[in-house]
Amino acid sequence: MSGAGEPVLEVSELAVRFASTGGEVAAVNGVSFAIGRGETLALVGESGSGKSVTSLAVMRLLPGAPACRVSGAVRLAEPDGKSRELLGLPAEAMCRVRGDRVSMIFQEPMTSLNPVVAVGEQIAEAIRFHRGAGRREALAAAEALMERVGIPEPRKRLASYPHHLSGGQRQRVMIAMALACDPEVLIADEPTTALDVTVQAQILDLLKRLQERTGMAILFITHNLGVVAEVADRVLVMYAGRVVEEAPVGPIFRRPPMPYTAGLIASVPRLPTKRAIPISVEKEGKRRLVAIRGNVPDPLHLPPGCSFAPRCERAEPGLCDRDVPSVEEAAPGHRVRCVRWRELAGSAA
Amino acid sequence: MTGFLFRRLVQSIVLLWLVSIIGFAVVHLAPGGPLAQFTLAPGMTQAELHRIAHQMGLDRPLPVQYWEWLRRMLVGNWGRSYQDNEPVLWVIGARLPATLELMIASTLIAVLLGTWVGVMGAVRRYSVFDQLATVGAMIGLSIPTFWFGLVVIYIFSVLLGWLPPGNLHTIGDNSFLDYVWHLIAPAMVLALVTVAIWSRYMRSSMLNVINQDFVRTARAKGLPERVVLMRHALRNALLPMIAIAGLQLPSLLGGALVTETVFTWPGMGRLFLDAIGYRDYPVLMGILMLSAVMVIASNLAADLLYAAADPRIRLQ
Repeated sequence: MSGAGEPVLEVSELAVRFASTGGEVAAVNGVSFAIGRGETLALVGESGSGKSVTSLAVMRLLPGAPACRVSGAVRLAEPDGKSRELLGLPAEAMCRVRGDRVSMIFQEPMTSLNPVVAVGEQIAEAIRFHRGAGRREALAAAEALMERVGIPEPRKRLASYPHHLSGGQRQRVMIAMALACDPEVLIADEPTTALDVTVQAQILDLLKRLQERTGMAILFITHNLGVVAEVADRVLVMYAGRVVEEAPVGPIFRRPPMPYTAGLIASVPRLPTKRAIPISVEKEGKRRLVAIRGNVPDPLHLPPGCSFAPRCERAEPGLCDRDVPSVEEAAPGHRVRCVRWRELAGSAA
Repeated sequence: MTGFLFRRLVQSIVLLWLVSIIGFAVVHLAPGGPLAQFTLAPGMTQAELHRIAHQMGLDRPLPVQYWEWLRRMLVGNWGRSYQDNEPVLWVIGARLPATLELMIASTLIAVLLGTWVGVMGAVRRYSVFDQLATVGAMIGLSIPTFWFGLVVIYIFSVLLGWLPPGNLHTIGDNSFLDYVWHLIAPAMVLALVTVAIWSRYMRSSMLNVINQDFVRTARAKGLPERVVLMRHALRNALLPMIAIAGLQLPSLLGGALVTETVFTWPGMGRLFLDAIGYRDYPVLMGILMLSAVMVIASNLAADLLYAAADPRIRLQ
């Protein structure tokens, strides 16, 4: 559903700077993107690439100044066709947006629920606050939500505490909580990372079905490219706080011009293909994992030029380490931040 | 749950028995004795003293004396005070309400003030308020209670004349306000150390909770900061404080001893000090056992409360 009409959420030139003892750290640097109704945008990157900070900045869940400074703009489409800028909203007005129009689910279902409050109560809370519903009414709504996210015996489960539930059940509770007020945008920050593979698939499937039903936009943050291929319409690859590639999900898996994206895709562990098995199981089975060498750079001392250049096998000294590459449009809807993308696109095929 | 209570009850009985042995030994091994008050009486002879000692049962071996005391105490006969021959339970009973009044008031002050200071310190970490609270807590912990009591009396009673320098109430005035007026200074003095301790524990407990994921979840739901802090953070941060509250009682009892003396408060603490002076063994043992019961009961109450407040804990 790529480019599904008007963008419901538009982020432009978002920058997040943290104060640290060594100086200011730019965790997110000029990130821009837009998500349309019913669209799923995957935000991909290694740990420390700034993807979680980006999502927390959109939700305004980062600590305030002077510890952390956020600049740029986050615009949420209003029903009247105008848009509302979220970063400048007063705290109270932002509270009314959070959990109602834009909501979020987190990575760790084990720790993201209050251990001493019954789960029904935790789901009902948002409904009571945003909709002004009474306690009983909100609990009934919570029960319906639990049913919708596939929790068996929802009435009985209302009074359960998080420690009574499995990881998958807790994540379903988190989803129910996030969906309580039918948000227009759902930010899912690695919602399946902490779960078993089978449960992961169930949760992804659930999110997909809920999206089809409500038409919400999903910003899906993950480092798992397998998940990306399954859920996303478009992909945004982040590295060291910058967007390095943005493309519809098809092209990015087929032929990513940006070497970092190519490295990410290459480092996904793969089973030998069906054709390969009978020929030489031994050799194929013991194939080494491809890894991107080196580590994410220290955000305090970003290399000059392209941040990825020191780890990049295609980097050209004197070219890649000179200036920060600008974003170029490789194809309609496909943006790349790499000075060599033209050459690489030719050779990668 | 029943098993838990039964086990705790058995443990408590054993504990009380040990306390009674140690207490009895310490009280009786202290130099001097209840006979000292008679030695200076005019015309007192050694033979007369022996006769009194025999009457009081003090000439018998210590284990026998202990057994006699234990046997009577178990059936509710706690003996009579050597000072005025009143029954021990009656003497203590007359003083207990004043002590309870003081302890409850100072606990209320300590918990409310300590929680507030601790929460504010955690929420505005490293702010001016937090720094002042940290320094204040250190000072509060370092100041000796008796000295602080005297300073409070000097400032608020002698210099300013706002508060009475002591006593439970004005003779002839039985109004509630008069009682409260007399209670302010000693309750504050007794609360000082507990406020200091409580605010420090509260601050670190709150800091621990504030950075947890579920607090962020509560914010993500759009709840206003006040609700996030009170409903989600404070509720979790208070859990470990229940155990700490249970552990605070002994130090509160010790503090009451000093505070009651400074403020001429007619409570159990002053009774205890007087009884030490007289070597009034029955009263000393009575207060000792009652305090031990109170400490054990408060710890048990803390455990039960903890289990009631935290659904993850089940008593077995």
